Amino acid sequence: MTMTDNRPNTVIGTRLLRREDPALLTGEGKFTNDLNIPGALHLAIKRSEHAHARIIKIDTTQAKALPGVVAVYTGAELQSLWAAPMPCAWPVTPDMKNPAHYPLAVSKVHYVGDGVAAVLATSETVSRDALDLIDVTYEVLPAVVDLEEALSDKVILHEDLGTNASYTWPLLIESTPGCVEEAFKNAAYTVKERYVQQRLLPMAMEPRAIAAVPQPFGGDVTMYSATQIPHILKVMAALTLGIPEHQLRIIAPSVGGGFGSKLDVYAEELLCLALSRKHNEPVRWVEERSENAHATIHGRGQIQHVELAADKDGKLTAVRFRIIADMGAYLQLVTPGVPLLGAFLYAGVYNLPQAYDFSCTGVFTSLTPTDAYRGAGRPEATYAIECGMDALARKMNIDPYELRKRNFIQKEQFPYTAFSGLTYDSGDHALAAEKATQMADYAGIRKQQKTQNVPGAAKRIGIGMASYFEMCGLAPSRVLASLNYGAGGWEAATVRVLPTAKVQVVTGTSPHGQGHETSWAMIASEKLGIPIEDIDVLHSDTAIAPLGMDTYGSRSLPVGGVAIAGACDKVIEKARLIAAHQLECAADDLEFANGLFSVKGSPDRSVPIAALAFAAFTAHNLPDGLEPNLEAQYTYDPPNFSWPFGTHVCIVEVDVETGKIEVLKYVAIDDCGNQINPLIVEGQVHGGVIQGLAQALFEEAVYDEDGNLKTTTLAEYLVPAASDVPSITTGHTITPSPTNQLGVKGIGEAGTIGAAPAVINAIIDALSGLGVTSMAMPASPQTVWRTIQSAKK
Amino acid sequence: MKVSITVNGKKSEHDVEPRTLLVHYVRENLGLTGTNIGCDTSSCGACTVHLNGEAVKSCTILAAQADGCSVDTIEGLSKDGVMHPMQQAFMENHGLQCGYCTPGMVMAAIGLLNENPHPTEEDVRLGLEGNLCRCTGYHNIVKSVLAAAK
Repeated sequence: MTMTDNRPNTVIGTRLLRREDPALLTGEGKFTNDLNIPGALHLAIKRSEHAHARIIKIDTTQAKALPGVVAVYTGAELQSLWAAPMPCAWPVTPDMKNPAHYPLAVSKVHYVGDGVAAVLATSETVSRDALDLIDVTYEVLPAVVDLEEALSDKVILHEDLGTNASYTWPLLIESTPGCVEEAFKNAAYTVKERYVQQRLLPMAMEPRAIAAVPQPFGGDVTMYSATQIPHILKVMAALTLGIPEHQLRIIAPSVGGGFGSKLDVYAEELLCLALSRKHNEPVRWVEERSENAHATIHGRGQIQHVELAADKDGKLTAVRFRIIADMGAYLQLVTPGVPLLGAFLYAGVYNLPQAYDFSCTGVFTSLTPTDAYRGAGRPEATYAIECGMDALARKMNIDPYELRKRNFIQKEQFPYTAFSGLTYDSGDHALAAEKATQMADYAGIRKQQKTQNVPGAAKRIGIGMASYFEMCGLAPSRVLASLNYGAGGWEAATVRVLPTAKVQVVTGTSPHGQGHETSWAMIASEKLGIPIEDIDVLHSDTAIAPLGMDTYGSRSLPVGGVAIAGACDKVIEKARLIAAHQLECAADDLEFANGLFSVKGSPDRSVPIAALAFAAFTAHNLPDGLEPNLEAQYTYDPPNFSWPFGTHVCIVEVDVETGKIEVLKYVAIDDCGNQINPLIVEGQVHGGVIQGLAQALFEEAVYDEDGNLKTTTLAEYLVPAASDVPSITTGHTITPSPTNQLGVKGIGEAGTIGAAPAVINAIIDALSGLGVTSMAMPASPQTVWRTIQSAKK
Repeated sequence: MKVSITVNGKKSEHDVEPRTLLVHYVRENLGLTGTNIGCDTSSCGACTVHLNGEAVKSCTILAAQADGCSVDTIEGLSKDGVMHPMQQAFMENHGLQCGYCTPGMVMAAIGLLNENPHPTEEDVRLGLEGNLCRCTGYHNIVKSVLAAAK
């Protein structure tokens, strides 16, 4: 199973093959919709075809008469089932406007796809057939699609709120009052840009699926869901439905990708739960792909006004950002907080005095709600500063790499207290940038440009870079409290050594492709000195792993992995007491290495931890007062965020006549501290880079002016295929995090954060000789061609 | 209507609605849930199986059209507890993450090598353009297929 020596004491850092793979490769792995649940009723949702309309009448008579239909409900008919509206767990300001949001709309619909009625039928096909027989009469109201138009309040979407603005969240940090304005006045150079982060569809390959199964007696319900957050979902579902929390069990079986889109509490989950209890029958639902495009959250959706001020050497002296963020029709679980996850990162990896003026306004539109999508706020922030830096370099007529070098926070400055008061625990940006530019032959490409990018050239070459800092591993609970986030940032782990010295590691993280079973077993094996084959990892079932904060925001390793290491430490400390008792020495006199306790100075007096497990189990001869069994639970609340960083460099060739972009090379240098399993780290980077590159080149949720989504299938929404994208050259620097005992940082989102600005900077670089100074995303051939034409004028 | 299809070497016979797709037949009538459904436009390839030895998207074929044919799914690939070399190559090269596209990707990749046993990287990328993956960025999928071709 291993490619390298797997002695327990060297398991961390090896390219161990994933234990998850055989089940997934052979079809044994069970996703939610694969579960066989006899007698389940099938739920289907009648959805609004209007973006903004008043519901006048819903006639369900014909649908109810269809053979196989068990029940049809309108939103009004189900209203009594909800103890509270659907949750938004992040009220970012005290006066944030949050419209009441129920699983089915009651009087008005607010986006195409908003649910208006629910069908229960004995088969999936009948449930969908019945939808066509539901007759809804609407009074159609004007849609609001454009963010700036939404802010004008000409059409107010939620009348009771009186405005389309949900909140404005300012972050003004000045060493002296007015210093930002002063810096802009005195700047040698300023940059003023407007960037658009287009809406994206997450498009996890597994559509969402749910099955709620009531137990025959006692009122308990088990819900299987394709979710990233079984634990948070349990709490939220209990509150929303008024079900006692201890009667709810949530299981996330194999989950086919999430990228943030399964980090939510969805209407369909609440409907399955409520209707399964109402009918006392299992209720299941599976999403169609076009339904996924409409009813699963979207990502990004921002207008960014970017202003940078610099002195004569290009050193940043102040920055100002005004963000308008598209909330969509309602606030989902963390919708309003997503743009703010980037709020502290708009100065990127650069030295900046306390002269930071950021503000974000969240605005409602009549479109699908937005929420966290891979990177969540941090790709947007990185794009703004990194494309802004290139704009500044163009203005100064210096190389963008040289400009970055003048501004990087230097290695010796770490730990670095930023303008914001946050402490960046470690970093070496100059090294990452040097490595990335060398691997991409930055100097060579610059030379090549001189001969290739001549007037009249049909194909021009460009090189672009982006250096990033990522603030992830959410997060110290007290910091989350200061941001009004509705939960903590800890993670729980239990390590249980069974009588026969096999180990169960129970984690509160909930993987959906990240390989936690492999990596967590590696951590436990290294810590305990027990062979990895003897370690099992249990997760994603709230009855088996009752405590957890789940998987999102690149938190699983720097919080959940560290929790496992902490639980192992507790197990070792307990075992040490038993070992000392058996060896008749003081606990302090024992060394522990490679799974063996031995008396310092007399290595022949030793006992393996594996042998102590049975002693702990029989409890025949334990030290006085020691509890039997070898098991420990540990909850880790990180003292700081996790700060991965890196530099990505992209080389493109642009066909000036067609606007087609070819990515010639992509180099990603990422520093996530110590790597538990480099194979998995590289996989995370590859996938993240292609997702970020896809934002730059291919993907956009396109709406018409009436709020109809035009990209509702994988035929219209361009998730890239293998033939659309390049291979990725990965590399790394290793700057261990001083914050946690493993020295690790998150890596799940880094690729997505670095890629879009690196690609766009490369395209502009290729075309700057033609007068091109900006490029909208996605840089489709049509957009590129048009931008070239308008630059020529 | 009655259909008779040999799936993974075993003959099966079922009464199905005429509109039943092959993918639904395999999943629901036979309980072979390794073949996944990822879209409704024949775009994603998650449901790729072999029909008479050739890779096809099982959402584009009616069960009725497969009547009398032989179908192979991901469940039929491993023999005596040993994975097919393509499955092994995906494992060794980390060619999967969440695993949802994987059965279809593996079946498509085997189909690709049947037609072109010694593909270039470009051949592999073009040959798999009907199968979407959201996790891997394809880098390690391409590597897996090239490794299996060796």
